[in-house]
Amino acid sequence: MSLTARESLDNPRVADAGLARELLYRMKRIRMVEEAIAERYPEGKMRCPTHLSIGQEAVSAAVGMALRAGDFAVSGHRAHGHYLGKGGDLKKMIAEIYGKATGCSGGKGGSMHLIDRDVGFMGSTAIVASTIPVGVGLGLSIRLRGGDQISTVFLGDGAVEEGVFFESANFAALKKLPVLFVCENNFYSVYSPMRVRQPPGRSIHAMVGSLGVPSESGDGNDVVDVYTRVRSAVEEIRNGAGPRFFEFTTYRWREHCGPNFDNDIGYRSQDEFLSWKSKDPIERLEGQLVGTGALGKEDIGRMEADIRHEVEQAFAFAESSPFPSADETFTHLYKD
Amino acid sequence: MRVINFAKAINEALACAMEADQRVICYGLGVDDPKGIFGTTLGLQDRFGEDRVFDMPTSENAMTGVGIGASMNDIRPVMTHQRLDFFLLAMDQLVNNAAKWYYMFGGQQSVPITIRLILGRGWGQGPTHSQNLQSWFAHVPGLKVVMPTTPADAKGLLLSSIFDDNPVVFLEHRWLHNVEGDVPQGDFWVPIGKAHLLEEGDDLTIVSMSYMTIEALHATAHMKALGVGCDLIDLRTIMPLDWEAIAVSVRKTGRLLVLDTASETGSFAGEVIARSAMHLFDVLKQAPRRIAMPDFPSPTSPALTRGYYRGAADIVRVTSEMLGQDLKPDAAEKNRQSPHDVPGDWFKGPF
Repeated sequence: MSLTARESLDNPRVADAGLARELLYRMKRIRMVEEAIAERYPEGKMRCPTHLSIGQEAVSAAVGMALRAGDFAVSGHRAHGHYLGKGGDLKKMIAEIYGKATGCSGGKGGSMHLIDRDVGFMGSTAIVASTIPVGVGLGLSIRLRGGDQISTVFLGDGAVEEGVFFESANFAALKKLPVLFVCENNFYSVYSPMRVRQPPGRSIHAMVGSLGVPSESGDGNDVVDVYTRVRSAVEEIRNGAGPRFFEFTTYRWREHCGPNFDNDIGYRSQDEFLSWKSKDPIERLEGQLVGTGALGKEDIGRMEADIRHEVEQAFAFAESSPFPSADETFTHLYKD
Repeated sequence: MRVINFAKAINEALACAMEADQRVICYGLGVDDPKGIFGTTLGLQDRFGEDRVFDMPTSENAMTGVGIGASMNDIRPVMTHQRLDFFLLAMDQLVNNAAKWYYMFGGQQSVPITIRLILGRGWGQGPTHSQNLQSWFAHVPGLKVVMPTTPADAKGLLLSSIFDDNPVVFLEHRWLHNVEGDVPQGDFWVPIGKAHLLEEGDDLTIVSMSYMTIEALHATAHMKALGVGCDLIDLRTIMPLDWEAIAVSVRKTGRLLVLDTASETGSFAGEVIARSAMHLFDVLKQAPRRIAMPDFPSPTSPALTRGYYRGAADIVRVTSEMLGQDLKPDAAEKNRQSPHDVPGDWFKGPF
């Protein structure tokens, strides 16, 4: 893209239609996969805690597209989007949630422990902030081994309250490691709102900037803007500029863990949800592309049909795959 | 062979590993300071450079995670803490990540990291500078836990740990750093998971680890002179446990005394005794015994530590009770010239 994202959005007719189409496709794919999970979750066949990122797809799609397959990424409990955005195998992810032998972790990890080393997705784990230093360590390994890879750490607004975040950011800044921190601020840690967790007026990105990691914030529902800014930062990191931190505001539509909507239980309001839903990153880009004639309704229909077909195949693969044998409970304790 | 001390043996193992393999790095608070972690890391930075040997921020948890992440991209980190107690800040990374990664991702990615932790006793180290928490680590599936006693085992087991494909918690007792012994030169490995029979005898099996093995050596020498022979098994590794070595000995002697450097309840000695009761009940002539530290934090004043720490006299006293003989426990430590709260005259503090 030759124009800045802001110019593109202000004047969508000049946006790079091929790029925007790809971003739209990636967001829709994550959304449709997770909606299928939500729809089928009550069947009781996906027997593990599952954290959906519906509403937050823009960051996953944009960051994944800004990275190379050889770059590393780690994430936390809400990682389906990050895994898919990075190029992780969909069939293996669904099979993992089903606890099948063909899953990306052979059924030992479930939704919260995804890995696809072929595309540099080095692991997601369930403890808040726990993979942040792991991602920084991958950055250290890149420094020691040479090369222009980068390591990406996906985290949430709760993770920046953990001590290990400060320790990790400090070390990344100290050693100028090739690490991209991507913080999705969705304003809630489970049910706990920002006001009970951080003082009024706190700016996460400004705070991180003060640690020595150049930081900025952005609209996490504006996929073209996220892509453009991250893409530029990635090139700087590759060229030795050291770590960068992004805070992208966005919103989780469904409950913290599970398939349902939960605006009725009292920790947040229906109005708040609807206000964020009106900023749906997918509708926003789709509207622009259709409005400018860059994509027709039929193009969108074909895109959705392709994704639907892929999702159905992935679920069929998971359903038809065998469970791991009982012996597998007692393997992989130590590597021989 | 030549005689060197335990600290020098550790230093040799680190140098040997770093010389042999570019992937090995060594970091921790003070690894490049003038004292070099009790001498164990002296000279390494000069020899291998600041990229591979470096001091670190006071960030135990993140720096453990950094080692874990680096190990996933073919680096072999050796991390060192001058006191185990500080490493408690890193239990999340150790337990939730290092110990789990290989299993929870279906065997795709192991975490070959070695974490050297120094534990101890005496010299006023007190409640938060001398904890012996090996049973915590042994309780977490996926970790290997190594506790050498002799300088040769320190060298050989550290080399095995660094090149093991799994996370290894390598526990060095501060009171062993000046212990001298024959240590092979060059590349010398001792396998993880194999105990070492240090003394042989038919009357009693003593199972021990780390510094308590030194006390046991004094005790068995004293008792040997009185005609009582003991098998002394130095575990060297507590996880995986060399159960076969224990079983073979107990089947011979029918009596078991287990020593532990940690407080008694929930100790690793308890695990050894539980297994013996379950699997060797028919050969045991009497109830097994254990000698561990009291179920209290370790105090600071020498007036208080005198009654806290256990040593050779305690071993002889319990053996006397088990065998129904007076083995003169009070005389077991008669050759000890240094005060009870230091490992020897060489130790002048401050830590």
